[in-house]
Amino acid sequence: MTAAAPTTLAGSSKGGVRAFKNTLATVLVTAAFGIALIPLVWLLWTVLSKGLKTITQSGWWTSSQRNITYRKPGGGVWHAILGTAEQVLLCTLISVPIALLVGIYLIEYGGGRLAKLTSFMVDILTGIPSIVAALFIYAVFITTFHGQRAGIYVSLALVMLMVPVIVRTTEEMLKLVPNELREASYALGVPKWKTIVKIVVPTAFSGIVTGIMLGIARVAGETAPLLILVGYSPDTNSNLLSGFQGSLPGMIYAQVPQLGNIRYHYAADRMWGSALTLIIIVMALNLVARLVARRSKVSN
Amino acid sequence: MAKRIEAKNLNIYYSKFLAVSEVNFTIAPRSVTAFIGPSGCGKSTVLRTINRMHEVIAGAHVQGDVLLDGENIYGSAVDPVDVRRTIGMVFQRPNPFPTMSIYDNVVAGLKLQSGRIKKVELDDTVEKSLRGANLWEEVKDRLGKPGAGLSGGQQQRLCIARAIAVEPQVLLMDEPCSALDPISTLAIEDLIQSLKEKYTIVIVTHNMQQAARVSERTAFFNLAGVGKPGQLVEIDDTQKIFSNPSEQRTEDYISGRFG
Repeated sequence: MTAAAPTTLAGSSKGGVRAFKNTLATVLVTAAFGIALIPLVWLLWTVLSKGLKTITQSGWWTSSQRNITYRKPGGGVWHAILGTAEQVLLCTLISVPIALLVGIYLIEYGGGRLAKLTSFMVDILTGIPSIVAALFIYAVFITTFHGQRAGIYVSLALVMLMVPVIVRTTEEMLKLVPNELREASYALGVPKWKTIVKIVVPTAFSGIVTGIMLGIARVAGETAPLLILVGYSPDTNSNLLSGFQGSLPGMIYAQVPQLGNIRYHYAADRMWGSALTLIIIVMALNLVARLVARRSKVSN
Repeated sequence: MAKRIEAKNLNIYYSKFLAVSEVNFTIAPRSVTAFIGPSGCGKSTVLRTINRMHEVIAGAHVQGDVLLDGENIYGSAVDPVDVRRTIGMVFQRPNPFPTMSIYDNVVAGLKLQSGRIKKVELDDTVEKSLRGANLWEEVKDRLGKPGAGLSGGQQQRLCIARAIAVEPQVLLMDEPCSALDPISTLAIEDLIQSLKEKYTIVIVTHNMQQAARVSERTAFFNLAGVGKPGQLVEIDDTQKIFSNPSEQRTEDYISGRFG
């Protein structure tokens, strides 16, 4: 504190330097925001401009790619939506109960060695590439137990990718529930399990729903498990237990071999169309999740 | 309905750390007892051992007995959940359940304890408890609104209504007015005066005027020395504590010479 205090407020030269730093930081932060936005807007624009005319064709949402070749226009995406929806739904039905219970265990009951080990395992699982998860399921169910490739195995591989996402968000959301609420409930003579079911989880509900939606968005676009465990069928196949199945990532991938074809552009159109369809579906799910979350939102 | 509380040779630990040592007292039914003392002397800790809320914190445990009408609440056959149903608690910061309406907050304890109860009975309980907490007139037209939308003082009275809705024998209050303005504080103090006809009340407070205003008996807690555990210095009639305490340390504290 050797510097002399400025005699007048306006005369302080430090004020000017501080204002300049403030402006500089504001500019930098805003620029970073803009740069981060560029790829997002670019991607959305590209997919939208190239895919819009395909998804507005008649029959796009209701028909399959049966008997459609790269030399023919038309056909739709229904078989792919159905396959993806079935696989993701089964995956969600398996993952959500497991992940919620693990998250609740780690936050409400954990603290011991088992909890530390579990948390570590969830960390590892988070980093597993989808193709490794797919190979694991292939090794267990197809090589060892001699199963045939089918949609159900895709669901199982996706479970391994979805569980850690939901566990982590559930943990974060439960941590946000103030301890005072738990104590208030205990002080009313409410047992611990009921406090968790009736007080803690409802308070964190909207966040947990968001976590589940993040999980769905994470797995809906996964491609490696599809290629390894079910393949791709241009026909509608609603049977998760046997046969090739259509899927949105699978349909995108199936168009790739004809992308360089100069005479026929139908494959390329279909690829952009199915990419746009996948984005629309994931966005719609996110919107639904937000509505659900808002309806149950904690009012303050 | 109200019950007598006795503490015998109570030692309270956080893991290996002895927080409060050798506490002995008797609290008569239908009375208000205030716990006063400097910060960190263990008065809240002692309060929380009376309904076994203390052990919610990992590693916390006690030695010695707390008797409720002669029955040891730390007996091996006693379920802490049952203890807390008999001995209610109001906390320093109002903590209504944020997902619930005013109505649901009041009956939360009843519903969560015993499952389905007739709507008529619930309605009765809500009115009785809110009247008991001096809140009925202010909220009777908006029982369906969220409890978190009330003012701080109203929220605290809602928490008191919630605590008395399960008809406890004893009500513990951990600095219930420290987050409230003087008018809300006055409302709570009036409420304590009317509640003592039915309940045994123990209140922790930092406000010595408040202790003098609301309580019949006052317990003064202090640390035995730097780095030593907290202890109960003396417990006596409030009037005596504030006019002619037996211990010099109490005299020093209430006259503002330290703490």
